[in-house]
Amino acid sequence: MTDTLETTYREALREAIRDAMRADDRVFLMGEDVGDYGGCFAVSLGLLEEFGPDRIRDTPLSESAFVGAGIGAAIAGMRPIVEVMTVNFSLLALDQIMNNAASLLHMSGGQFNVPLVIRMTTGAGRQLAAQHSHSLEGWYAHIPGLRVLTPATLEDARGMLATALGDPDPVLIFEHGSLYAMKGTLAADAGAVDIDHAAIRRPGTDVSLITYGGSLGKTLEAAVLLDQDGVSAEVLDLRTLRPLDDEAIMDSVRRTHHAVVVDEGWRTGSISAEISARIMEQALYDLDAPVERVCTAEVPLPYAKHLEAAALPQPAGIAAAAHRTLG
Amino acid sequence: MATFTMPSLGADMEEGTLLEWLVKPGDTVRKGDIVAVVDTAKAAVEVETFVDGVVQELLVAPGTTVPVGQALATFGETATTAATTPTAAPVAAPTGPRPAPPPVHSPLVRRQAERLGVDLTHVVGTGRAGVVTRRDVTRAAEAIATRPARPEPSAPGARIRVAPYARRLAEELGVDLSALAPPPGGEPIRAKDVRAAAAKTTVAGTTAAETAHTPRPDAMRGVIANLMARSKREVPHYYLATTIDLTRALDWLHERNRDLPVSDRLVPAALMLKATALAAQARPALNGFWIDGSFRPADQVHLGIAISLRGGGLVAPALHDAANLALTDLMAQMRDLVTRARGGRLRGSEISDPTLTVTNLGEQGVELVHGVIYPPQVALVGFGRIVERPWAVDGLIGVRSVTTATLSGDHRATDGFTGARFLADIEQRLQQPEEL
Amino acid sequence: MSARHTATRKRDGALTEHRHDLLRTMLTIRRFEEACAELYSATKIRGFLHLYVGEEAVATGVIAALGPDDAVVSTYREHGHALARGVSMDAVMAEMFGRQTGCSRGRGGSMHLFDRSHGLFGGNAIVAGGMPLAVGLALADRMQDRDRVTACFFGDGAAAEGEFHESLNLASLWHLPVLFCCENNLYAMGTAIAKEHARTNLAERAATYGLEAAAVDGMDVLAVEDAARSAVDAIRAGGGPQFLELDTYRFRAHSMYDSDRYRDRAEIAAWKKRDPIDALVAVLRADGDLTEKAMTELEADIAEQIARAVTAAEAAPLEPVEDLTRFVYSREAGS
Repeated sequence: MTDTLETTYREALREAIRDAMRADDRVFLMGEDVGDYGGCFAVSLGLLEEFGPDRIRDTPLSESAFVGAGIGAAIAGMRPIVEVMTVNFSLLALDQIMNNAASLLHMSGGQFNVPLVIRMTTGAGRQLAAQHSHSLEGWYAHIPGLRVLTPATLEDARGMLATALGDPDPVLIFEHGSLYAMKGTLAADAGAVDIDHAAIRRPGTDVSLITYGGSLGKTLEAAVLLDQDGVSAEVLDLRTLRPLDDEAIMDSVRRTHHAVVVDEGWRTGSISAEISARIMEQALYDLDAPVERVCTAEVPLPYAKHLEAAALPQPAGIAAAAHRTLG
Repeated sequence: MATFTMPSLGADMEEGTLLEWLVKPGDTVRKGDIVAVVDTAKAAVEVETFVDGVVQELLVAPGTTVPVGQALATFGETATTAATTPTAAPVAAPTGPRPAPPPVHSPLVRRQAERLGVDLTHVVGTGRAGVVTRRDVTRAAEAIATRPARPEPSAPGARIRVAPYARRLAEELGVDLSALAPPPGGEPIRAKDVRAAAAKTTVAGTTAAETAHTPRPDAMRGVIANLMARSKREVPHYYLATTIDLTRALDWLHERNRDLPVSDRLVPAALMLKATALAAQARPALNGFWIDGSFRPADQVHLGIAISLRGGGLVAPALHDAANLALTDLMAQMRDLVTRARGGRLRGSEISDPTLTVTNLGEQGVELVHGVIYPPQVALVGFGRIVERPWAVDGLIGVRSVTTATLSGDHRATDGFTGARFLADIEQRLQQPEEL
Repeated sequence: MSARHTATRKRDGALTEHRHDLLRTMLTIRRFEEACAELYSATKIRGFLHLYVGEEAVATGVIAALGPDDAVVSTYREHGHALARGVSMDAVMAEMFGRQTGCSRGRGGSMHLFDRSHGLFGGNAIVAGGMPLAVGLALADRMQDRDRVTACFFGDGAAAEGEFHESLNLASLWHLPVLFCCENNLYAMGTAIAKEHARTNLAERAATYGLEAAAVDGMDVLAVEDAARSAVDAIRAGGGPQFLELDTYRFRAHSMYDSDRYRDRAEIAAWKKRDPIDALVAVLRADGDLTEKAMTELEADIAEQIARAVTAAEAAPLEPVEDLTRFVYSREAGS
C-alpha cells in the first residue's frame, strides 16, 4: 500500500507548481499578486521564497500584457504558468488568448506553437456577486487551438499541471473557487495525470450524470439522494472540456440510456448544450428520454445567499432532473 | 493594346458603377495615374491604371454598372497610334456580351402590377419589342390565382410517442409498440414499458426476443401468439351467448336504405356495433382495462373492430367513441378503418386505444364465436352469421332473421351476471333500431 | 542625420554599397506592393491588403540596424517588414496567393506573414496585439540571458489601445530589450491623430513610462537607420527598452482602396514630395553614387524578381483541403 498524505486542493496545486519549477528551469509563474502576497487564493504561498522574484513574478494589473507576454515567452523557449486571478479578469486578456495563443500555430502555417499554461479561478458559490462568479470555461472550450482543463479532485489538482506543461500548445486550467479548501487524502507519490479522458467518479446503471469542476461534488451528492430513491446514478467527471471525451460520454449514455448534464455555466450556448447536442448526434437511439440539463439560472449572479443558491445547480435539482429523465 | 478593366476594389466587390472618366481618348496615361472614379457601393474611389499608354476608346459611359473584370477602356501603346484614333464618343454599354438593359415599363403597367402583386421581372412582354403590356400583367395575375395551392402538410396524426431507445428495444425484443397501452398523462413509451411488455409476452420458455427479426407476417403472428397466449394464460374467461332476433332491425334498415345511394347505405354490422357501444356505455364494468390487479374503466367506448388482413393476421383498431357516433358516421368510419387496416395505414391511436373489442365472423359463415379477450381489455363481443330460423314470437312460429351474440368476459373484472345483463342490453337495443 | 551618414566620404565603397542596399530594399518593397495592388484589382489576391507605399524608409531603416538573430514583431501592414527582413519574395508572394509555398502555407495571407528562420514573429491584425507578444519574447530572452533585441512595430492607432500602455509599462518595469517602433502615419485607418489622441506627441507620451524615446523623420531612411542603430546599441548595452516615433505617411489607401475622404489632397501631395525613395536617390545622386544606368538596372532586376515570384506563385500548389484542420494542435500538425 502506498503512503498517503492529508492535503487540500490548494496545497495540491502548489505542490504541482513547485514540482514543475524544480524539474524545469524554463518554468516560471507570473500573475497578479503571486509573489509577495502569496497568491490571491494562497496557491503560490511560499514559492517566492524558494524560487525568487525572477521566477515567481508579480505583474501589474495588465491582464492583456502579461498574458501576451506569457505567449511571447512561451514561443521564445520558456514554459510560463500565467495565473489570471479570476476568470472575470481573463476577459481583459481574451484578445491575447484567442487571437494569439489559440491562433498563432495555425496562421503561421505550423511555425509557432505556444506551450503556455494559464491558470484561473472560476465559478460561483461564495457570494461574490455578478462580476466575480462567472463560469466561462465553456466559452473558452469554444476556441480551436486551446485545451481546457477543469480539475475537480485532489489528484487532478496535483497532476494536471505537469501534463499541461508538457503539452506543446496553450492549456487553460480552471480552478473552481469553492474547491481550494477541499481536504482529502492523496497518494504521497501522486504525480502527472492523463488529461485526455473523462473519469467515472461513481458507477451506476440507471442514469448518467455528466459534470465537471465545481459541480462534481454536488453531483455526487445528488447521486446519493438518488440512491435513496432506488436509482443507480453514474457520475462522469469530464475533466477536460476541450477536447471533450465523446467516447466516455457515449459509453455511459449507452449503458444507462438517460443523461443529465450538470454545468455551472449559463444554459444558453453552454458546454452543456454542446454535450447534449453530441449525445443527440451520436447516441440518440440509446436515449430513453430527452437529455436533461441543470445549469445556472440566466441571471448575473446576485449577492444574497438565498438568491445565489437558487441560481446555481444544487443536488436536489440534479436529482429531480434525473427523476424526470427516468419518467 | 491593353484593356483597362473594372478593378476589384475590395474583397466583397463584385461590380462597380463608373462615375466619371478622368481621361479621354488620346490622353497619354502613365502607370499609377488616376483614370476614373468608380462607385463601389461603399465609396467613390479613384482608380488607377497599371499600364502606360494612350487612351484609345472608352467603352463604358458614366453611370453604367459593370461587373469586376469587364473592359472599361482600351489603351494603345504609343502616342502616334492615339493620334490617328478617332475620338469615339463613349457608348452606352460595352461591346461584346453584356447584360440586357433593364426593361422599361410604363407607369400604368407598373401601377397595375403593384396592385395585382405581379413581379414584373418575371413577366414576358408580348408588346412591341418585348414590352410588357397591361394585358400581360392581367394574365400573369390570373396565372398566380389559378396556380394550384401548395398541398397542406398532412396533419400530424396521433403518433405514438416512443423514446428512441424504447423504439429500438421494442424491435430487439419483438414487442409490438402499437399493442402497448399508452402510459398515462401523455407520457411517451419508455424502455421500462417495453421491457414490462416483453416480460409478459414470454411464452413457454421462449422469449419474444428470440422470435424477433423474422419476416413481418411471422412477426405479426408472433405478436398475436404472444398476446393470445398471455390472454389464455392470465385471463380467466367466462362465456355467454344469446340469440337475437334481428327481423325488426333489418326491416328498418331496408326501409332506410331504400331511398339512399349505395354509398350511404348501412349494413347490419353497423347496428350491432352501435348497440354494443351503447350497452357498454351504460354498463362500464365491461369497458376498460385490467391493469396491475384492478379494473380501470375507460372514459369512452372505443370499439376495437377485429379485421382480418389479406396477407394473414389480424388487427382490431378502434372506432373512437362509437357510442356517440351517428349511424352514418359510424358506417363511414368503419369502412375507412377496414380500408386503412388492409392498406397498413392505421394510426397509432387506433391501434392502442380500443376499450372493448367486437368480432364479427358472420361473413365467414360461422354462427357462434367464443373469442379470446385482448389484454388488458376485459371483454370481447362476438356476432355470428345472420340466419333465418323458425322462431316463436308471441306464441306463433314464424321465420325470423337471427344472430348469435356472444360475450367473453374476464372473470377477474366481472361476473357472469354482469355479462348477462350486458348481452340482454344489446339485444333490447337491437329491437329498437330507430333509437340507435 | 547622424554621424555615420553625414560623415559621407565619396570613396567609402562599403558605405555606398550599404546605401545601395537600402535603396534596393525600399524599391523592392515599393514595386512589390504596386504589383500586389494590380494583382488585387485582377482578383488574384484577396482579403484585406494594406499597402506600405510611402512608409518604406521605416521598415528598411529599422531592420537594417538589427542583427541576424534579432526578432521582429509586426502589424497587418507588414509586407515591407518581411521583405526588409530578408523573407523570400517568392514565399511572400505565394502567401498573397494563398499557396502552400507561402511563408504561412497560405493560412495567413497578407496580414499574417511569419518566418521563424528570419525571426519574423508575425504580422498581427489586431491593433497593438503584437505588443505584449514582443514584451514576452524579450522577457524570455532576458530570463535565458540571450543578447537578442525585439523590434516591435505598431502604428499611431495602437497608441490609443490599452495594450500600448500595458506593454510599455511592463517592458520598462522589467527593463526588457524591446525596441518599440511607432510608425506614425498620422491616421488610425481614417481617423486623424488629433481626433483620437489628447496628446499627439507620442514619443513624449512614451517617455513617461520611463524609457528612452525619440521622434525621427520616417521619410529619411538614413536618419531612421541611425536612430535605430543608436537605440539597438543602447538596448544591448543594458539600457532597457527604447521607443522611436517614426513620422511617416501612407501614400495609398488604408486597405487597398478607399475614397480618401478623410485626408486633404494638398496634404497627400505635400507628403508625396517627400517620397523616401526619391529622397535617397537624390542623396546618392548628389554624392555621385548612383548612375542612371545603375538605377535602370536596379528597376529591371526588381521587376524580373517580381515577375518570377508571380509566376512561381501562380504555379504553386494549394494546401490540400484534407489538411484543413492541420496546425490547430501541434500533435495533429505532423512534422
